[in-house]
Amino acid sequence: MTTVYVPGDASAVSLGADAVAVELTRECRQRGWPIRIVRNGSRGLFWLEPLVEVSVAGKRVAYGPVRAVDVAGLLDAGMLDGADHALRQGNIESHAWLGQQQRLTTARLGVVDPADIDDYIKHAGYTGLVAALGMPAGEIVRTVTESGLRGRGGAAFPTGIKWQTAHDQVAAQKYIACNADEGDSGTFSDRMLMEGDPFSLIEGMTIAGLAVGATQGYIYLRVEYPHAARALARALHVARERGYLGNDIRDSGRNFDISVRMGAGAYICGEETSMLESLEGRRGEVRVRPPLPAIKGLFGQPTVVNNVVTLATVPVILARGAAHFRDFGMGKSRGTIPFQLAGNVKHGGLIECAFGLTVKELVHGYGGGTATGRPVRAVQIGGPLGAYLPESAFDTPLDYEALAEKGGLLGHGGVVVFDDTVDMARMARYALEFCAIESCGKCTPCRVGSTRGVELVDRILASANGSRDRDVALLDELCDTMANGSLCGLGGLTPFPVRSALRHFREDFY
Amino acid sequence: MSPASIERCVMVAVARMKGEPGPLLEILHSVQHELGFVPPEAVPFIADALNLSRAEVHGVISFYHHFRDRPAGQHVIKLCRAEACQAMNGHALAEFAKQRLKLDFGQTREDGKVTLEAVYCLGNCACAPSAMIDGQLRGRVDEQTVSECAENWGVPA
Repeated sequence: MTTVYVPGDASAVSLGADAVAVELTRECRQRGWPIRIVRNGSRGLFWLEPLVEVSVAGKRVAYGPVRAVDVAGLLDAGMLDGADHALRQGNIESHAWLGQQQRLTTARLGVVDPADIDDYIKHAGYTGLVAALGMPAGEIVRTVTESGLRGRGGAAFPTGIKWQTAHDQVAAQKYIACNADEGDSGTFSDRMLMEGDPFSLIEGMTIAGLAVGATQGYIYLRVEYPHAARALARALHVARERGYLGNDIRDSGRNFDISVRMGAGAYICGEETSMLESLEGRRGEVRVRPPLPAIKGLFGQPTVVNNVVTLATVPVILARGAAHFRDFGMGKSRGTIPFQLAGNVKHGGLIECAFGLTVKELVHGYGGGTATGRPVRAVQIGGPLGAYLPESAFDTPLDYEALAEKGGLLGHGGVVVFDDTVDMARMARYALEFCAIESCGKCTPCRVGSTRGVELVDRILASANGSRDRDVALLDELCDTMANGSLCGLGGLTPFPVRSALRHFREDFY
Repeated sequence: MSPASIERCVMVAVARMKGEPGPLLEILHSVQHELGFVPPEAVPFIADALNLSRAEVHGVISFYHHFRDRPAGQHVIKLCRAEACQAMNGHALAEFAKQRLKLDFGQTREDGKVTLEAVYCLGNCACAPSAMIDGQLRGRVDEQTVSECAENWGVPA
């Protein structure tokens, strides 16, 4: 029986992976060749998806990109024995693109069967939880604090400090709320983890529950991620059955369970207080802070809100110790982060590396330039609220502080590449338009400012030279109001893409 | 759809969430899953069951892009309009789709065949442009993809 891996990752499926799996099954049955198909996650080399791997004498041989029409030919050529073929990629782990990465959080992505808890355990899964079960709560928190882990969702707040705050509260009920509302364009690391290694998130949330004394967790999952919803439902069921969730986890006397709640297509619900409102079944309107969610969060109780990558990174920290994680990275940005390279790029995908990689290394090194073959003109880092950077700023290292110095933000680690056909005035207008569409409406600078901003950009593009300078100045002033007067990051950060486009690509407005 | 069947659908959804805190969104998801949309007639039943005002329930439905208050077309195509897809010619693709389907975003054809919707990120950004076509995620979508759909769905050119 030969084991063949055909990714069930949504991106691989979007390129035909399901059809490949069906065709493989059909062809092999016809030939009387026994195979076992594992729907693994994606390794994140999306230009090679669907990337099929065959287990040959304990080693994996990859072929990609495979279409359903290639299957018969691949089998004829001897794919099940790892034979040569134009699509043969060899051992994908020795591929330079993957080999240079430092995968801690995403180490199991594409490797394990996401539906198989034993496969997870075989690949060092649940060693973090076992360690945590042997520690007092305060020590779990201390380990996370000492690792230097900061929230990977965008705000980069020190995770340990958040946990300490929730830990110190006295309450009958505390919650762990996982923010899986990964709405930034150019990001997909949360999705890949939930689909390809869901137990890492479940384990991370369980450890968080032990650390702060929470017994209930919620995963707030965006409705645009149906594949992740299915993968999570499957994994949660298995974890419960095997005693890794529920009452008396692994005979420890401790309880923790997780429910998945679906979002409903509102970008703003990625903002933590808006997400809490939505979890409570209301309009996703932003709450005024304080009180902090760690003190008074979901249903008024102390709540740790972390995103998927943050929580899924916790197990490896507990398993290998704070120092192991902290030794990666630079300055105040410790550890590794899964960057996501997307848009108009030749070799896009998931790149987990220590902080400090430069934009150039990412876009030209890993990315290999644009997919269209034209020159790179701009990148947007950190999603729709992130700044646009021109090629002259590509030596900037990707870390929280370095990007802040350049007037940008790292956000959720997504990098979108644009070639020289991009109209940056249109992108600035889009940033404001998006803010108008997605604004929750609670505060005026965001609700009204975004619409006035769209009108201003239109006027700038249509107007004669004289009034144009005045309108550009007015747009800058409007950005000031939005940045300083908005309740949350949506209105507060929309000026980043607008101002960076104006600063670096002014010619597109004139 | 009779009021009785709508009420029954709401009650099943409410019963499924019994004892769960903050159940409104989950109930709306259930109703939309069953009926394809959340009929305005369902609002009073939901409000009653959760001890909310009708305005509160309506406010939640209208806040979220995902919930519809009328049925969609037989086929739904959601095109991603976010940055990564724009970087891969998403604008031109959107214009082509509008023209080919004779629809603007958010509209359903009068013959009820197709609904065209905008979506902001499907998490498929390294395989842009992306679309969700009848619930199936598609990557590297081009004009041909849209044309084939239109043809298969019997949308006159």
